Amino acid sequence: MARLIQTATGSLEAIDVDVVTLDLVENALRHARYEMDEVLLRTALSPGIREQHDEFPLIGDPEGKMVVGQFGLSIPDFLENFDGDIEEGDVLLTSDPYSCGAAISHANDWLIVMPIYYEGRIVGWSSMFGHMSDVGGKTPASMPTDAKTIFEEGVVIPPFKLYNKGVLAEDSLRIILNQVRTPDWNRADLNGLVAACRTAGRRVQEICQRFGADTYVSALNALMDRNYRAMKTLLAMVFKDGETLEFTDYICDDGVGYGPYELKLSLTRNGDKVLLDFSGSSPQAQGPINYFINENLVRMFFGIYMITVADPQILWNDGFYPLVDVIIPEDSFWKPKYPAALNARNHGIGRVFDLFGGLLGQTNPDLLNAAGFSSSPHFMYSGNYGQGEREGEWFQLYSIGFGGIPGRPIGDGPDGHSLWPSFVNIPCEYLESYYPMLIERWETVTDTGGAGLHRGGNGVDVGYRFLEPGTIAIHDDRWLTYPWGVNGGEPGARGTKWIDRVDGTREIVASKVIDVPVSPGDVLHFVTWGGGGWGDPLARDPELVGLEVRRGLISTEGAKRYGVVCDEDGAVDHAATEQLRSEIDTERTKPLPTFNMGPPLATILANCLEETGLPAPRPPIHKRW
Amino acid sequence: MSYRLGVDVGGTFTDILLVNEETGETFGAKTSSTPADQSIGVLRGIEMACAKAGVSLSEVTHVLHGTTAATNAVLEGKGAKVGLVTTHGFRQVLQIARSFVPGGLAGWIIWPKPEPLAALENTVEVIGRIDASGKVVTALDEADVRGQLKKLKAAEVEALSVSLINSYTNPEHELRIAEIAREELPGVPVSLSSTVLPELREYERTITTVANAYVQPEVARYMHNLEAQLEKSGAANGRLYILKSDGGLTSARSAADNPVSVMMSGPAGGVVGAVWVAEQAGFEDFLTFDMGGTSTDVALVQGLQPRIGRETTVGDLKVRATSVDVRTVGAGGGSLAHVPALTQALRVGPQSAGASPGPAAYAAGGTEPAVTDANVVLGYLPTDLAGGEITLDREAAKAAVQKIVDATSLATVEEAAAGIIDVVNENMFGALRLVSVQQGFDPRDFALVAFGGAGPLHANAIGVLMGSWPVIIPPSPGVLCAYGDATTSVRDESVRTWIRGFGDLSDDSLKEAFEERARNAVATLHAEGISDEEIALKYSADVRYHGQGFEIPIEVDLSLFDGEGGGLAALRTAFDVEHQRLFSFLLENNEHELVTMRATATGPRPNVSSLTLAEGGTDPKAALTSTTKIYVSGKWEEANVYDRTKLLAGNVVAGPAIVTEMDSTTLILPQHAGTVHPSGSILIRPTTSN
Repeated sequence: MARLIQTATGSLEAIDVDVVTLDLVENALRHARYEMDEVLLRTALSPGIREQHDEFPLIGDPEGKMVVGQFGLSIPDFLENFDGDIEEGDVLLTSDPYSCGAAISHANDWLIVMPIYYEGRIVGWSSMFGHMSDVGGKTPASMPTDAKTIFEEGVVIPPFKLYNKGVLAEDSLRIILNQVRTPDWNRADLNGLVAACRTAGRRVQEICQRFGADTYVSALNALMDRNYRAMKTLLAMVFKDGETLEFTDYICDDGVGYGPYELKLSLTRNGDKVLLDFSGSSPQAQGPINYFINENLVRMFFGIYMITVADPQILWNDGFYPLVDVIIPEDSFWKPKYPAALNARNHGIGRVFDLFGGLLGQTNPDLLNAAGFSSSPHFMYSGNYGQGEREGEWFQLYSIGFGGIPGRPIGDGPDGHSLWPSFVNIPCEYLESYYPMLIERWETVTDTGGAGLHRGGNGVDVGYRFLEPGTIAIHDDRWLTYPWGVNGGEPGARGTKWIDRVDGTREIVASKVIDVPVSPGDVLHFVTWGGGGWGDPLARDPELVGLEVRRGLISTEGAKRYGVVCDEDGAVDHAATEQLRSEIDTERTKPLPTFNMGPPLATILANCLEETGLPAPRPPIHKRW
Repeated sequence: MSYRLGVDVGGTFTDILLVNEETGETFGAKTSSTPADQSIGVLRGIEMACAKAGVSLSEVTHVLHGTTAATNAVLEGKGAKVGLVTTHGFRQVLQIARSFVPGGLAGWIIWPKPEPLAALENTVEVIGRIDASGKVVTALDEADVRGQLKKLKAAEVEALSVSLINSYTNPEHELRIAEIAREELPGVPVSLSSTVLPELREYERTITTVANAYVQPEVARYMHNLEAQLEKSGAANGRLYILKSDGGLTSARSAADNPVSVMMSGPAGGVVGAVWVAEQAGFEDFLTFDMGGTSTDVALVQGLQPRIGRETTVGDLKVRATSVDVRTVGAGGGSLAHVPALTQALRVGPQSAGASPGPAAYAAGGTEPAVTDANVVLGYLPTDLAGGEITLDREAAKAAVQKIVDATSLATVEEAAAGIIDVVNENMFGALRLVSVQQGFDPRDFALVAFGGAGPLHANAIGVLMGSWPVIIPPSPGVLCAYGDATTSVRDESVRTWIRGFGDLSDDSLKEAFEERARNAVATLHAEGISDEEIALKYSADVRYHGQGFEIPIEVDLSLFDGEGGGLAALRTAFDVEHQRLFSFLLENNEHELVTMRATATGPRPNVSSLTLAEGGTDPKAALTSTTKIYVSGKWEEANVYDRTKLLAGNVVAGPAIVTEMDSTTLILPQHAGTVHPSGSILIRPTTSN
């Protein structure tokens, strides 16, 4: 437990803050949080942060509970696990999930935590983490898909003072940066993280100056209480007392040949509180896909789904935490034992969206979406230039792909978009200017979105032609299990990848690979998956189906899944459509299923090689350290 | 005699300002806008102003116009049917739109995705490829181009845009497609991305080019109508100039060719108007605060130069086009207050009462509490406004605000109204912080110029929040944009993206490149008959550390380029200072990198003299019309009401007080006083030092 050094004596007075002041404080915090993003994005060097925005800010109350932020880190868990004094001017850094209570979940994320002092006392915390493109270790980008321990995942920084009372720990930083392939990027991105946290610190101090520290801290409590009360009402409104809801989804494989991993979540309301229980999920994985999560992060995920839909203007915070109990079994996918490998936990984080969506949507049609683009598939390419003015120079790319947003209650899922807030793709022209590659194609793939009254978004096909020899790495999923449809909607298409070699051969690429050699002229096609469909496809307006045929988003063959008969120009044959729709409707089983996950798992596994070109994974085993 | 005319077309009114070029004397006119064809209202206003001044239309030499034609085409979705030509494999560049979903973690659940500005069915791809160095990798397949263009012809597109991968490094394929388009699609205007925005990042370049094409027919039609109307009415000598988003004037023809550069023409007019007013009152550094019915625009001006940004945002559309860095918040006098049942928070906006039914106080059927209603309840907006067209219904306003009392723990209708004002002011404060604190500027070093219908009412309170003094209330705050139009200069800029590490540059190579930009910009002004002696040239460069994704604009002093590295050294130092100011650190290991360079040529400032009020001593009692009660700091207080037209130079209006005039009402808070400047502005400052 951290020891907090504060020169101020006595405690702050609890003040009854009026509703207007509350809104003023809420607004000021909201602005401060967006300012954190801006400072980092404008100064970062690594494409992952500067072009794709792989970063997460947070401002906490004096105990570190989130008062504004989005998700993804937990200060109380960090402080609980930090052994030492914390003083004014200190800035803490860590990248070790195991020594901060899973405040972060893999070693690529560098987490900055900074106390905010006002008149000698801690009035809050600012914190931010960003994904470093490289943190050393055996493979470029530091995410070995075959890792079995965290020791293979590069430099793992225990919590320490990067700045001790304002003085930079130069030596420590030099040791850390000496481990990585891209020290300039890491240094600049780290500077940006610190600058962003300091900016937030200044803003909080200004708010204290304006309203007084008593009022500020009281306002935070009132804002927390506002969330608490809102959540209490919501829970009673949405869930029946005593009833248990369950949902199961999968991670297809673990990178070392085992899978699919079963992820289970159940929810039971007991009076004012709910219990979220991950029991029954698969044991910890052999490969690096484990998603080490703590109870507070589970509460965060749960809260965002519940609260944002109710009052989108609310600054959601940790105030409702006492209302949510969480059970995460030890030695499981969610709580692996040290030193299990963690680097590829991005699929787990993504799948949490689908898990909560499927779970909560069972009671609340406003929240029931189909399965979406619930991961952040990574693509890496690195090597040394073999020719030209850059001969001998090292290049290294880390990028995130996007796919189909699911069909939603409000409408179609956008094609080729991000489920992650503020994430964007890296422009083709940026890639071609900074890396030896030519992008041949960057389009969404016809018919990959699940059919539905509201269509699932299409997946994306990016064709990368390599111009220099090097190696590539891929972290992907949903190549085996389907992005499910809901309320009668069909599943989306699964993802797939292949390399068209310069010698004319085609090579299917597995979902999680590293160090795959590529030669100039080879073309990698990275095809992401589509979103599931929402609602009965036969109810979709035939003219809209026709328009989407004309747009190339659906084929004439694909239109038949909607029971629509049309030509290449999208002109609908209404008589034939009516007939086809009635034929389909007669043959199908009713009522339409709430969830359509595609064929049974046994069938999927049996057909795996034939359908995907890849062997089926072996059932997961439970082998502990 | 020769006259200049400033013309500002707003949603409701068209403002005209006629200026005698020799004496600087001005004549104003206000008339209803004619949305169907704005040129009708404009001409009517011009005739009114000329009649007032006893001037014949033929004496008008320059018509200077801030237009919302382009903005409205976007906001109302009434632009052209645009065809888009892309590179093979990139047809869905607008469909994918960088994969961006706005909002927070669950934002995708509730986000309605807007349709692309160029429909996907009207987007084609052509074979031909250029790489990042500008080298042709695959030749342009002209037969393919013709085939694809024929499809767009069959689809009856009204404007064509072409945006190919890497065209910013080599425009030859785009230029060739434009030639072919003239044959295949005769008469259809063509926008090329290599002309509109020769910058890296294909999505941003494409959307900007498509936006240009989208508004082009509408803007061209309007320019044509207006010129024809001017000609018909005898103002054939009058040359029509349009205010660009960056605050400079350009010819009507150039605006019609590059309409994406006039998308922020309206707000820019307000900012350049504020520059004029502040200069007369003797202030060079200030924030502008333009609060209207549904939205509020703010900007920062330093040394009488508005800060320029590289992005223009109109509704959902964000394009890369140089404009005055105006930030808009969706809150104004018409914004509605509400209390969500679940959280019981007091929210103001984003919903607005709009023009119909309007706030409850307008007694036109509105029952929800708007910001205006709160102002009425608190007595800030007198119900018996002299000369006002609308009488305000105080009881209706109270009934509306009572809804907030009922939904919260607030005790009285006055407390609720004060809460609404505080919350909306906080929104404004947030926007003003975006352009000041968040850009590294201390707002206490800046004055605040407030205008727009509701600006002067909220300005004093905003001044308190910002610590920005004085708060300047211009004379006739409602026609400030027309002032801006009439008092700004002709301007052109020439831009080039030229990404080079400083190590690859020399003083000589850079100076030569800047001078080439200057020649281009100056040529435009020559064509307008402006001579070299009258032209002022400014240079700037967008610089970053190698590897960064954002650039910082830096002013360049060409005289420091001594051939021995003095220019580059100065540029490097200026960038470091700015980086330190903005982000509080430097990257000492990283090379500096030039990204974009520009030269801006500005013509002479027109001679427009300001109003000069007679001296009237400190006592304003001659202008006192009545007293009223206003609710401030938790209690009702007696406040004097003054008639703005009777205030004289030197008068000191002590708060609490209300100053009324035709199109605006100014509130001066207790412990503050407004001094009337000879130029007509009221300068509000705190009376107690703090």
